[in-house]
Amino acid sequence: MPTKIEKDKLSGQDTTGHEWDGLKELNTPLPRWWLWTFYATIAFSLVWVVIYPALPIPGATGTSGWIAREAVMRDVQQAEARMAPMMSRLRAATPEQIAADPELRAFAMAGGRGAFANNCAGCHGAGGQGALGGFPSLADDEWIWGGSLDAIHHAIVHGIRANESDDQRQSQMPRFLTDGVLTRPQVNDVAEHVLSFTNRATDQAAAGRGAALYAENCASCHGEKGEGIRDVGAPRLSDQVWLYGGDKASIVQSISNARAGVMPSWGKRLDPAIINMLTVYVHSLGGGE
Amino acid sequence: MAAIAASARSAPGDQPIMVEGPIRAFAIATAFWGVVGFLVGVVIALQLAFPLLNLDLEWTSFGRLRPVHTSAVIFAFGGNALFLTSLFIVQRTCRARLFGGDDMGWFLFWGYQFVIVMAALGYVLGITQGKEYAEPEWYVDLWLTVVWVFYLIAFGGTLMRREEPHIYVANWFFLAFIITVALLHIGNNISIPVGLGSSHSYSAPAGVQGAMIQWWYGHNAVGFFLTAGFLGMMYYLIPKQADRPVYSYRLSIIHFWTLIFLYIWAGPHHLHYTALPDWAQTLGMVFSVMLWMPSWGGMINGLMTLSGAWDKLRTNPALRFSVAAVGFYGMSTFEGPVMSIKAVNGLSHYTDWTIGHVHSGAMGWVGFISFGALYYLFPVLWKKKGIWSERLISWHFWVATLGIVFYITAMWVSGIMQGLMWRAFDELGFLQYSFVETVEAMHPYYVIRAIGGVLYLAGALIMAFNLWKTVTEGEAAEPAPRLVPAHAVAAE
Repeated sequence: MPTKIEKDKLSGQDTTGHEWDGLKELNTPLPRWWLWTFYATIAFSLVWVVIYPALPIPGATGTSGWIAREAVMRDVQQAEARMAPMMSRLRAATPEQIAADPELRAFAMAGGRGAFANNCAGCHGAGGQGALGGFPSLADDEWIWGGSLDAIHHAIVHGIRANESDDQRQSQMPRFLTDGVLTRPQVNDVAEHVLSFTNRATDQAAAGRGAALYAENCASCHGEKGEGIRDVGAPRLSDQVWLYGGDKASIVQSISNARAGVMPSWGKRLDPAIINMLTVYVHSLGGGE
Repeated sequence: MAAIAASARSAPGDQPIMVEGPIRAFAIATAFWGVVGFLVGVVIALQLAFPLLNLDLEWTSFGRLRPVHTSAVIFAFGGNALFLTSLFIVQRTCRARLFGGDDMGWFLFWGYQFVIVMAALGYVLGITQGKEYAEPEWYVDLWLTVVWVFYLIAFGGTLMRREEPHIYVANWFFLAFIITVALLHIGNNISIPVGLGSSHSYSAPAGVQGAMIQWWYGHNAVGFFLTAGFLGMMYYLIPKQADRPVYSYRLSIIHFWTLIFLYIWAGPHHLHYTALPDWAQTLGMVFSVMLWMPSWGGMINGLMTLSGAWDKLRTNPALRFSVAAVGFYGMSTFEGPVMSIKAVNGLSHYTDWTIGHVHSGAMGWVGFISFGALYYLFPVLWKKKGIWSERLISWHFWVATLGIVFYITAMWVSGIMQGLMWRAFDELGFLQYSFVETVEAMHPYYVIRAIGGVLYLAGALIMAFNLWKTVTEGEAAEPAPRLVPAHAVAAE
């Protein structure tokens, strides 16, 4: 029930004749461009639902026959087909053969880089630099279990102490204090002796007392002079590279409670070709033997 | 009964005897929660750039603070702004006192603040449904349902006792917002508590059905909470401050009904290339594309209402907020349909582009229209001549605008870069980048985004100071015409 239709001087339009709290409305017609654009979007939509699936009926597709799942499968298959010849060559070759063949090597380095970043960098660092706390550097020449292509390949496939493969790298340092093998003063003496390998002992008497204890308890794995033994995965103690810290407190902690880093077995997780690529890539990071 | 009815109404031409106390409280709460929400937003933006800032505490980790931020800005800041404006506007444009009076107003105010505080406490303590924008657990949901039903009764009751023959367009939008949010809230929160006394619950729908219901809710939280409700605000603020009639009544009718009808179907565009059946994805996309013009109808009505009054933008900085808000609204409601197109979505989805899109809508549209409302309503509600300092409004406007520009451009660049990096292949067919490299590449943009957030927060602090000064030191307005006391009307 319009009551007071007025003409707006500025626009020349009539108002609707209503008023609310001083607010009025003009009765301007719909902007033509607005209306036609709206119709255009509706027309576009009508065409689209004919071309693409738009009916809740199993198996119903649009006129294009396009199905999202099939489109993805097609893309994946195309990508796989493109790489398939190289991938099967990589699967068949040994890491040595790949490293020796320039074409395979280039392919392995490109693929290994991405595979490393997605699977390995979380622990070993983006450049394989490792991290304090049990994540060894892969970019130096200090290898716990060996830095040859074969040794690297074995570690990746079977893992370390993850109990996922019978051929995993396995060794367990005893918890010398916790298990009552050594007393607290003896642990201190052994730690001083270990420090003496790098001329850092603070108490020569203790280091001297620790020599016998070291020979009895530690040398069989870590070597008489702390040079480390790869067969049992016992790290070298006579250099500045430390997995868990080389200060005395960290060494005392290591002797008392032992250390045992874990790496998953990737053999069941990754394609053998990917593992070969990773092997060559890791070997190239700086310390390959 | 006659006395009650009469006291609620006023004679034609008189100022209605409005419920104002709770509305003032909503105004203060809007400013307060705005500052809180923006502050938490700045904190989590900085956490993304510098993860150390999560302090290594579970309560302050990103995962828990992120819903505090989103709920604080959407439901606490935005929600209080909607209560504030809807309850004010419905009384003014109906010339009727709020149904239920002051008691109703205060119940809605405290009831809603309780929802906000309970929800936020839950998030920080790790109590969440894990549904985006619907994180509160069942006990908060139930209480919100009670508050919301009373909101509908208060709003609808006021409409029913209106003294005007017609319902003003702002109220259509508010009513659509209140009804639809009730449906969405109940629909998406049907769940069974794990046990008596347990704060956790199982969602009734699971799997892809659960996801579909969640995004039916999530998208319409945007459509009805953040769009329809705030359009109601716009339809009062712009004609009021421009002192011009609304551009087109016909456009308002058509864009209202098309918006309401189309929005509700657009949710599946949040689930492109997922387990959701293809037909539902197709429909979600086309309904989103068709939404473009209905959304722009509101922008046209807002901007064209200013024709003949553009000069007021120079002299009225509060109006500048309302108009810039409409501009951002137009921009993000164009961007939305574009992003809903599957080919575009394949690039944009799961990237920062989405975050940028949301923030151009939230900071530019929702934030600015609400700031405009606060600058307009504080002097009205506290009977002051105007805002304490117009210069500070200008400062707020430019600082906040700069903040938005920093924010959304950084997110556009980082989002598109992220999407392109994810799909980049090298010449041998391997993915060019690992995920962590894409994260590293985004760092500078995260810093720029955080700077944008700091600017936006700084603007809100300027506003809070200015509003405080307006209330405490603002010059009193000319005394209003004497109100007709209720008992005098009743006695007639």
